[in-house]
Amino acid sequence: MSDQNYTPKSKLGKWFNDRLPLLTLRAHLTDYPTPKNLNYWWTFGAILTFFLIAQIITGIILAMHYIAHADLAFESVEHIMRNVNYGWLIRYFHANGSSMFFLAVYIHIFRSLYYGSHKSPREVIWVIGMIIYFLMMCTAFMGYVLPWGQMSFWAATVITNLFSAVPLVGESITNWLWGGFAVGSPTLTRFYSLHYLFPFLIFGLVILHIWALHIPGNNNPIGIDVKQPSKDTVPFHPYIVLKDLFALLVFLLLFAFFVFYSPNLLGHPDNYIEANPLVTPNHIVPEWYLLPFYAILRSIPNKLLGVIAMFASIFVLVILPWLDTSKVRSAIFRPLYKQFFWFLVADVIILGYMGAMPAEGIYLLVARVATGYYFVHFLIIFPILGYKEKTLDIPLSITDPILGDSTNQSLAKEQINKK
Amino acid sequence: MKNILKPILLLAIITTISFSSNASEQSKKLLNLEWSFKGFFGKFDRASLQRGYQVYAEVCSACHSMKYLSYRNLVEAGGPEFSEEQAKVIASQYEVTDGPNNDGEMFTRPARLSDNFVGSFANEEEAKAANGGSYPPDMSVLVKARKGGANYIYSVLLGYDDPPSDITLDDGVYYNTFISGNKIKMAKPLSESLVQYSDGTPATEEQMAKDVTTFLAWAAEPHLEARHKLGFRTVAYLIIITILVYFSLKKVWSRIETEV
Repeated sequence: MSDQNYTPKSKLGKWFNDRLPLLTLRAHLTDYPTPKNLNYWWTFGAILTFFLIAQIITGIILAMHYIAHADLAFESVEHIMRNVNYGWLIRYFHANGSSMFFLAVYIHIFRSLYYGSHKSPREVIWVIGMIIYFLMMCTAFMGYVLPWGQMSFWAATVITNLFSAVPLVGESITNWLWGGFAVGSPTLTRFYSLHYLFPFLIFGLVILHIWALHIPGNNNPIGIDVKQPSKDTVPFHPYIVLKDLFALLVFLLLFAFFVFYSPNLLGHPDNYIEANPLVTPNHIVPEWYLLPFYAILRSIPNKLLGVIAMFASIFVLVILPWLDTSKVRSAIFRPLYKQFFWFLVADVIILGYMGAMPAEGIYLLVARVATGYYFVHFLIIFPILGYKEKTLDIPLSITDPILGDSTNQSLAKEQINKK
Repeated sequence: MKNILKPILLLAIITTISFSSNASEQSKKLLNLEWSFKGFFGKFDRASLQRGYQVYAEVCSACHSMKYLSYRNLVEAGGPEFSEEQAKVIASQYEVTDGPNNDGEMFTRPARLSDNFVGSFANEEEAKAANGGSYPPDMSVLVKARKGGANYIYSVLLGYDDPPSDITLDDGVYYNTFISGNKIKMAKPLSESLVQYSDGTPATEEQMAKDVTTFLAWAAEPHLEARHKLGFRTVAYLIIITILVYFSLKKVWSRIETEV
């Protein structure tokens, strides 16, 4: 990226640019060179940015009407739904927006895994992304508590109780988290405060995420570096901007279906019952996007080990760039890895399903096997595959396979077809 | 290699589906009505809402509160749409405590449109004491608070039956085919001609159950009609702009495909 493209024309522009070269960043939104072979799986970064901003805006509006108090929170949400002008729209947007946010982030993460975007030289992008993902889960969990329904209350109770598994100081930690001796108003107000804070931390990290991305540039489906200067890239605007916009609009259609026609489909009916510390729901479940981790937590009989396993399942993602030993990035040229990738997708879906079921009998057994596979996948299969796998031949440049006249490309095609 | 992937994914999906069908077989299938408010253009049946309010006021409200609704909601568009005069008359039948007045004393006055629905009990404890220790839930969001929604409420209302011979019921406990565990502390609330509909509709059990469920569905989601309407406009707008963006996308990208 050259920063020299921008030269201010006006006197004022020059004066300002000498003092803060902010507008030179414009190039990052306009002629930032992007691989031209990016497919639609690459549009989810833009979709995620949209949803982060949309969640912040709708959240700020909700905060104008919401009251964080154990006796008033549930009522204030009903007030928003009934009496605030378009309050129902803003709340359903925010509640379903979080689900769409997670759907998009899961696609975004799996896309990285498939095309090896986590590998050198993009490890830092990946690690920042995982921190964002972890903060997203914290934010979503605390947001789920705010309506103060039955699931809110009991999810808060279950999750905060996990910290009591810490040896020696466990009880002190949970009391400190609660601000008392049980989940109550002090817990609600601090969750509210942090739920407001975290999105701005995420926003800051997203800026770092994009900054780190703009150093090596985008990965691409072929997984090879772009040749500079070359015809491998297109300027970000208008090519990628339009493509991202199109994908975003299609995604918004799905979102509109949920907001306007099934706004409560992804929620739990029990959360329309006001929190009651004396009545425990039959099954306490988190929102769908946290279910795989919930399944891992419950599949281990020991509470402390369960908590460790749950956090470890996120930690193995963070250190993935150093567990993955393969020199080849894209799964297109890694026939074995491609299979294991889909194993992992199936494994996470199964874990998610088991997280929604009661932890007993066959469900528990399946959850345990799936948990085992999850860790085997990251800790054993990833490192070994890099050494053992016979990868296919890689084209010389991105333009190569598109033109279709290189021997390399037809060779690759042949090999893929043979399998 | 690719051939192995598909069976694996398929297997995952099949296990997931077979597990879920197992889980849903445990409870009896709910009665399923063609509710007028379902679907993309769903609207409430105005007459049914008004009748439903009558059933609520004359039957349910003896025990169940609806504290998040106010009498003005009965007038608002998308609801039962009583006239303002009708709603004022309805409200004035209830007494609310107001105050303090200039002498520092609380007083009672007839409810106004701006007041919330007045419940039968002063607090949860009183409600419990009057109902054999069991709290009749507030009905403001009840339809959204039960799995199965309107169908569930409708089914429970019509699900009362004599218990099978192997089940003995305690005093004040009733048998219902749809409630989980089949035991419910609410006595059978509806019976033939319990209310007298002013529009002449025969007050059968099914009719009353349907009307009051419709009313409760509206109460839980008072802006449903506005939501459906706005949803249609939003989706139509999104589709048009998506098509336009798609064509500009194709046009712009065609520049480089030839150049490359």
